[in-house]
Amino acid sequence: MREMIISELSQALLELRSGFAHYLPRLIVMLIFAFAGWLFGYFVKAVLRSILKLIQFDKLSENAGASQLLTKAALPSASEVLSRFVFWVVWLGFILLGVSVLGIHGLQEQVAKFFFFLPRLFVALFIMFFGLLAASFFSRATLLAAVNANIPSPRVLSLAVRSIIIVFVLSIVFEELGLAEETMLVAFGIAFGALMLGLAIAFGVGGRDLARSFLEKKFVRAKKEENEDELSPL
Amino acid sequence: MSHDAFGVVPAVRTEIKLAEETFLTDDFVRQLINVGEVDILVGLPTHNNAKTIGAVVQSIQSGILQWFPRERTVIINPDGGSRDGTPELVTGISIDDFRPVSNLHALRTLHSISTRYGNSPSSSVALRTILAASELLRAKACIVMSPDSSNIEGDWVSRLLRPIRQDGFDLVTPTYRRHRFDGLLVTNLLYPMIRALYGLRIREPYTQEFGFSGRLGGEFLSQNAWDAATDEGGIELRFTLAAITGRQRICQSFLGQKEHIERRAADLVPALRQTVGPLFSALEPNFAVWSSVTASQAVTTIGPDPATLLESVRANRKRLREMFSTGVAELEAVFHSILSPSTLAELQRIAGSEESDFHYPAELWVRTVYEFAASYQKSVINRDHIIQALAPLFRGRALTFLIENRNGSADDVENNIEGLCLEFERLKPYLLQLWKSRE
Repeated sequence: MREMIISELSQALLELRSGFAHYLPRLIVMLIFAFAGWLFGYFVKAVLRSILKLIQFDKLSENAGASQLLTKAALPSASEVLSRFVFWVVWLGFILLGVSVLGIHGLQEQVAKFFFFLPRLFVALFIMFFGLLAASFFSRATLLAAVNANIPSPRVLSLAVRSIIIVFVLSIVFEELGLAEETMLVAFGIAFGALMLGLAIAFGVGGRDLARSFLEKKFVRAKKEENEDELSPL
Repeated sequence: MSHDAFGVVPAVRTEIKLAEETFLTDDFVRQLINVGEVDILVGLPTHNNAKTIGAVVQSIQSGILQWFPRERTVIINPDGGSRDGTPELVTGISIDDFRPVSNLHALRTLHSISTRYGNSPSSSVALRTILAASELLRAKACIVMSPDSSNIEGDWVSRLLRPIRQDGFDLVTPTYRRHRFDGLLVTNLLYPMIRALYGLRIREPYTQEFGFSGRLGGEFLSQNAWDAATDEGGIELRFTLAAITGRQRICQSFLGQKEHIERRAADLVPALRQTVGPLFSALEPNFAVWSSVTASQAVTTIGPDPATLLESVRANRKRLREMFSTGVAELEAVFHSILSPSTLAELQRIAGSEESDFHYPAELWVRTVYEFAASYQKSVINRDHIIQALAPLFRGRALTFLIENRNGSADDVENNIEGLCLEFERLKPYLLQLWKSRE
């Protein structure tokens, strides 16, 4: 009995040793990958940070309204966040490559999925950024046009334009990421429909006077006092 | 008269080859060949001006007959797609129509050529067409006339052409007798800012009536980019600025009374785009010129000084104030990107003040404009948005101008404008500081 235990134990130790001897080089390779990934990621981060600074990415992000969101979330500047994000993606990519060298069967599949997912993630981020940029641009254009045309509640109009664009962009982003596609589609439909209905009711109920005034200005001969209010600027 | 008699046909043909490759239509070029070389070219850009164009063309023809009967003259009418028969009216009015009445006789044929450059008006394409025609026909002097001047007289042609033909000036800008509250954008921004920056006191830097030498026209035609930026409007101001920075000989000539034109509120933003946009965008390429100018000097003025009419004009001050206050409140986030905190705080204080206390002082207005110019150069937000954001603030300044000059004499109004100009000049170092320091 005792000999059997010793034999099994020796066997197990032998297997452990053989397994360890088998995995140790792979582990070292994985660690080398991780270290190389860290170095490469750090290098990419530094280069990217310089490029973003050069192209004044923070200003672009400020215009897009992304900087305000980051500030509210107590996060650093947009260029810093993007640099760090790329660093982590690169490093994680290298770590996962290293892990795949270990030859763990289930893990390899997950690693492949991760690399398959990366391009979609980047496209989604790209859409998100330019979507925010478009939302900011069009909402500001609406605000300025409404203020200069003396339309009541210009900020509400501007906010409505921004919300519509952001909801639209989010639905595209989630579809690109493949996350809860059906749920997002339904949610988008409901949100968009509700927004339109709300606007229609608001315009119908609250904007009767505005609509009347607009139609009067458009089709009825302008009243005397309306002609008096501006002198020729040029 | 054959073209060979002019001795210019080969040269014209060579250049026409270039023109053909650019933007002039074959038919237009053919008509230009038929005209041959000219001494005077009158540009008359139009778009649905049938109501006024007849009187304008007759005044031009009368001026040519009276003052330049020996000169070879052509009227070039670039039309932006009129649907009321304007081009036909321009070419259909014969000089013989009023010769018996006026007892004037031309010694040369006066040609009128019309060409349609598109289906919508563009001052840039119209001027380019005029300049190209001027170069092809080797015109010595050119004038551009507004098609909707209801009180144009034959003398205007002479007053714009004579300084070029006789005194060798390259650019003649007009001065008018105007109502004290007309052209508020000119008196409160364009004139004082151009004067402070470039050192020349040109009262009407943006105008639809001006004269220029063929040489200046040719230089501008070849040097201007004629890109999307110039298509946005304000080519007339770009032309004036090009003459200033090119150190051309510039003078002003008094034309007469400029009719008061009532415009609706919506016209302000296009007016800003056509004037302030080109003014701001020219600051960067012309930095070396304007940054070295420290004082302003008078420009030779032919005829009397610009005069001010004091007739009462109704202006809705309440609406101006309301639009200023609403703009300051609603556009706060936009102004945060453009203005300094102290300027914005001052504007917010004024917007919240009682109507009787409303006052947008000259110094604050100048600081506002300079901060807008610096923000435009740095593109802190979309440049067109920066120009649009200036509209409510301009209304506030216009209101103060109306209040300050409500009961003033012509001299008081002139002194007020002069005071504002001096403020623009005094605060110029502030613009330079903003230009150099702002990131």
